[in-house]
Amino acid sequence: MKEAISINNLSYSYPDGHQALTGVSLQITSGEKVALIGPNGAGKSTLLLHLNGILSGTGNIKIMGLEPTQENLPIIRALVGLVFQNPDDQLFSPTVFEDVAYGPIYQGLDKITVQSRVNQALDDVHMREYQERVSHHLSLGEKKRIAIATVLSMQPEILILDEPSSGLDPRARRELIRLLRELPQTLLVATHDLLLVRELLPRAVVIDGGRVAADGDTAEIFSDSFRLESHGLELPT
Amino acid sequence: MWYSPRSMHIPDGFLSILVAVLFWILSTLIVSLAIRQVSQERDERKLPVMGVLAAAIFAGQMLNFAVAGGTSGHLLGATLATIIVGPWAAILVMTCVVAIQALIFQDGGLLAMGANIFNMAVIGVSVSFLVYSILLKISKGNRWGYYAGAVIGAWSAIEAAALAAGLQLALSGTSPANIAIPAMAGIHALIGLGEALITLGAITFIMSTRPDLLTSSSQAVRGRSSLWIVGLALAVILAFLSPLASTHPDGLERVAEQQGFIKLAQPSVFQLIPDYIVPGINNTTLATIIAGLVGILILIGVSLILYHLRHKTHK
Amino acid sequence: MHLHIIDHYQKMKSPIHRLDGRVKLVFIVSVILSCTLLPTNAWPAYILLFSVMVALILLSDLNIAYVMKRSLLVLPFLLTALPLIFRASEPSIITYTVDKITITISQGGLIRFTSLGIKSWLSVIAAILLASTTSFTELLLAMRSLKTPRLLVAVFGLMWRYLFLMFEEVERLMRARLSRSGRDLSSPRRLGGSLMWRAGVTGGMAGSLFVRSLERSERVYNSMLARGYDGEIRSLEEPPIQSGVLLWLIIAVAGLFLLVIVTNLLMGSL
Repeated sequence: MKEAISINNLSYSYPDGHQALTGVSLQITSGEKVALIGPNGAGKSTLLLHLNGILSGTGNIKIMGLEPTQENLPIIRALVGLVFQNPDDQLFSPTVFEDVAYGPIYQGLDKITVQSRVNQALDDVHMREYQERVSHHLSLGEKKRIAIATVLSMQPEILILDEPSSGLDPRARRELIRLLRELPQTLLVATHDLLLVRELLPRAVVIDGGRVAADGDTAEIFSDSFRLESHGLELPT
Repeated sequence: MWYSPRSMHIPDGFLSILVAVLFWILSTLIVSLAIRQVSQERDERKLPVMGVLAAAIFAGQMLNFAVAGGTSGHLLGATLATIIVGPWAAILVMTCVVAIQALIFQDGGLLAMGANIFNMAVIGVSVSFLVYSILLKISKGNRWGYYAGAVIGAWSAIEAAALAAGLQLALSGTSPANIAIPAMAGIHALIGLGEALITLGAITFIMSTRPDLLTSSSQAVRGRSSLWIVGLALAVILAFLSPLASTHPDGLERVAEQQGFIKLAQPSVFQLIPDYIVPGINNTTLATIIAGLVGILILIGVSLILYHLRHKTHK
Repeated sequence: MHLHIIDHYQKMKSPIHRLDGRVKLVFIVSVILSCTLLPTNAWPAYILLFSVMVALILLSDLNIAYVMKRSLLVLPFLLTALPLIFRASEPSIITYTVDKITITISQGGLIRFTSLGIKSWLSVIAAILLASTTSFTELLLAMRSLKTPRLLVAVFGLMWRYLFLMFEEVERLMRARLSRSGRDLSSPRRLGGSLMWRAGVTGGMAGSLFVRSLERSERVYNSMLARGYDGEIRSLEEPPIQSGVLLWLIIAVAGLFLLVIVTNLLMGSL
């Protein structure tokens, strides 16, 4: 079992001095499905940005055994598919095809391979017929799935999602959960949607105040509602 | 992400007082005209649109793409602004962008702001508008007209603004005309290419997502009369006349000299400049021609304004 | 992120920070004007102005290193004035002759070049001082007092309000693009696609930013309507400048004026 993500004693503070992460350690093996939960401002998004080298703090990080050095970053960015919260920031091409093709084209792949990658990625999110559509005009749920496709086209080993279900209506949310269940990659999901966590992700890591407050079996963590509340979390009944 | 200075924002200390004041006056006049024009257009939405667009353009100037060996291409945005909100509003938008850059980020001086506003907001916008309108007319509303107008307009606007900046530097005695102007023109020919490509990408995106934003602003543009042809003819004549008209090849240097006589602590610099300061750039006539071309563009801009004043078509 | 730094400095409470924005604006512009009007080679005057600047920086509790670092922005543009060094008329220091081409570096040229550099640098320091000690609303007020048309000031204000939001959006756009800029392990090809493609993608990002900002402006317009906006731009009355402060300003500006005149007299240009 390979170590997909290995974080040891990661600390990070912003240029303005604010300490966002302190001594975070986390090991995720290939194929695991993990949730990252915690209140706003806890450092979830900051942590995620370290996993493809956008931010770099002190401590040790290894992605699929690779350290985020200048050389390795392009490789890591293909291995780690990071999907941000707001799809509008990730869909900046005139058509869906072009957005999903960005990754493969950047990698220098030839036209035929690019097309097959796009086809595969759109198939994975069940949106193959959207290729010529204009991303801007799609619904939030559709945009979110296209955004996932834009990283799937790079055939990543690890999928990281930041608040994938936020803003979605029940139907779109259901679609998303079904989709996430099908995807084979190692999964790390930062979310407030605890019902999604309970349904999909057997392991939960609680982050509060830039530190790891709990890390273990989702059902166990959720059974301690007092503890959850102390970290600003509430399980809807 | 430290804010990096641009190649066209002239800092303080590089322009003589005369040149700085002259362009402050010119800019104030034209911006006032633009304010009047925009206020008269009776469109209350203009204010939020301009404010938010100005913010978007400023922020958009930070978007970059890798060119080669660590350099990157950037956007100025005058052409995009012109296409989206029309020339008068675009002048105001770009003025705000240039002003904030100078005031808050010291990109461009405070005294020199008049000249920077003139180069980027006035010349940048009016040249964009000229080229864009011409191409829209020629293409009779076809898609390619928008794209060609955006590309050629963007490149021309950057070139024109750069020439003006070179001219201002030469007039101030900071840089000799036969170096400053070709250098500015040369460097910005490449930068203008980047601007053209980014603008094209932006227009392509807008065309596919909100084509109404483009077609509505183009309606007013296409109904123009043949004033453009008159302006263009004047411009061409000037281009050929300027080298002939100046009996001394170093016409600009004489102007710099005369400023020296007014003795505002800017003694003339180039009375004794040899003709071949830098190997290869040996033609001061070239400088005058280019100066002529800049004059053309300014003239075009002015005729634009006069045309608008006469017809007062609203969007 | 550097924007937080700007805000941080503006919120400080030194005597300079508390000074009326209009006074600061007028003074700083006078300083810059004086810089430009000082003759070449007027080192005593340059040093005097520099000391005044440093004194003010210290008075405003600003970090000198920070100001100096930021003032280096002007350096690249000095390249345009480089030819000044090669003026052939003054006593020359070095002469190169390559083939048929002669290049001389003259003392006068060097002096002129360095003077220009110093004056420009002083101007930037003054501008940084202004920006770091004056909040944006104060600047707007100062602009209004100088009779800047209301429409322009209003656009300014709106722009400022949305600037930081836009910066964040741009940052997210670029991060999203970066996150998809990877290398396929199995095939060590040249990365990045073609130049034109990259430019086009950047254009798409700009277009997306603009379209979203326009759609946002429609929402802003609705909020303005909901608060009674009717197309007329009104602003609050500007309070008068305190007479004591005004007196100091006049004295300071007169002092600068005097400096310029005296220096020019002494250096023989008048």
